[in-house]
Amino acid sequence: MTIFLQATFEGLSLGSVYSLVAIGLVLVYKATDVLSFAHPALVVVGAGLISALAVDRGVPFWLAFIIGIIATGLIGLIVERTFLRPMVGEPVFSVAILTIGIDILLRTILNNWIGLNPRYLGDPFPSFGNFGSLELNGVTLKYLELAALFTAIIMISLLTVFFKKSKYGVAMMATSYDQEAALAQGINVGRIFGLVWLIAGILAGFAGFFITGGFNTLTQASFVSALRALPAVVIGGLDSIPGAVVGSLIIGLTQGYVAYYQINIENFLGIPLGSGFSLIAPYLIMFFILLIRPDGLFGREEVERV
Amino acid sequence: MLAVKNLEVVYQDVILVLRGISFEIPKGEIVSLLGSNGSGKTTALRAITGLLDTQNGDITKGQITVEDQDITNAEPSKIVNLGIAQVLEGRRIFSELTVNENLRLGGFTNDGSVPENTERVFELFPILKKRAKNISGYLSGGEQQMLAIGRALMSDPKYLLLDEPSLGLAPKLVEQISELIVEINSQGVTVLLVEQNANMALKISSHGYIMETGNVVMDNPSEKLMKDKDVQEFYLGLNTEGTDRKSFKDVKHYKRKKRWLS
Repeated sequence: MTIFLQATFEGLSLGSVYSLVAIGLVLVYKATDVLSFAHPALVVVGAGLISALAVDRGVPFWLAFIIGIIATGLIGLIVERTFLRPMVGEPVFSVAILTIGIDILLRTILNNWIGLNPRYLGDPFPSFGNFGSLELNGVTLKYLELAALFTAIIMISLLTVFFKKSKYGVAMMATSYDQEAALAQGINVGRIFGLVWLIAGILAGFAGFFITGGFNTLTQASFVSALRALPAVVIGGLDSIPGAVVGSLIIGLTQGYVAYYQINIENFLGIPLGSGFSLIAPYLIMFFILLIRPDGLFGREEVERV
Repeated sequence: MLAVKNLEVVYQDVILVLRGISFEIPKGEIVSLLGSNGSGKTTALRAITGLLDTQNGDITKGQITVEDQDITNAEPSKIVNLGIAQVLEGRRIFSELTVNENLRLGGFTNDGSVPENTERVFELFPILKKRAKNISGYLSGGEQQMLAIGRALMSDPKYLLLDEPSLGLAPKLVEQISELIVEINSQGVTVLLVEQNANMALKISSHGYIMETGNVVMDNPSEKLMKDKDVQEFYLGLNTEGTDRKSFKDVKHYKRKKRWLS
């Protein structure tokens, strides 16, 4: 039972980190109809900025953390303004390829800086020792994982309020449904796109810290973890924010359970699955869910009148 | 006065849709713009409100002015700010959002006065008040049209451009909508009415323009247009010569272009 709880907690925490990335992907997809392949790169760029400031430059951690996250948001804004705005109205396929180019650009610069040795992101709670943890009924709750869970809950609640109450939030929803009608209301659609990328960038910054912070480190391979938000949004349905959250939790829990119960599964199946199977499991889940529901769990079925 | 002079619009760099049309909408009046499918009525509206970009269209010649201020090729948000609101063809409400949210979006450019303007819209369309919290996609067609008009009124426009408000509505509702247009006009909003339902449009407007393949071929006070034999036959569906069938060979095609320059 303890193992089960431990696996559940770690899975949920991991899932909430993925959800931060996934929500960004869904926001960009809803607003601009493009799946941004550059998004996982933004996540690691955020982590890189925090590390560069906090460790290399010796800026106090919290300051570096805030600057890093805001800067990631601004990078999102700049990418949108310089590369994607001129592509409005172009075929979706070309824009998607463009985002792959941006991904390569960002990651090449970052990998060059990371080099061969892993980078650390600094210690948010020096007084707690080395990223402490607390024990509850035999379950180890790492502060970092707890923080990830709470951050995700807070960010999702803030976004929900934003979309329901604020003028720009409602305008963002309207733009995602019907761009032309939004234009006719006097909504500056270009500014909305910029805002979407800014929010997505900030979420990516948070996710970047939780993916590579603490005992984890920032390496050239870190972006693979961020990429796991992709099966999450595919499971949830590309155009649904609740779907992105549920999909992320499914991916996180799968990874958690498989990591803890892999030996039992191997004994049951009688075949060794190999180490690191927990990293492949999310993609298998995606495969099976897509077989049953091609539009994802919460996705809107695309109906186009001929 | 909203004036369009010698407007020429090209889609995709090759398709000439408007061939130098001119019309004007004097303050406080209802002006109607009539014509059959594909004559360029909607394109003219798009040109005024700056929505050509999304359709890959460009204004190649001509000028659009409102109170002598040039708004040719201006940003849609700027045009809304200057007091020109458009009700798009086919209503185009945000069907996933509630009635209240739709109205709020209409008032995007002056968010401060949303409460008063909402009250004003509810006074004009009491049914919307009852449906305020409903998802607007579940409203009936007539209610959706009212919502679309109400949404456009939220920005406190001086000029309201209506694109086929009678589209797909029952005759009873068309009558109701036309009464509402007169009511809105009497509150001081100038209206440009683009219609295929010529009968309804000419009844309530003071002046009418008739378009054919990208040209304005006739413009006259509405009463005069309603008495015109050709208009009666082709737009009002009245056959003055009893039951005789008429060959399309005999149909008069209008050549006249109205131009200020050239």
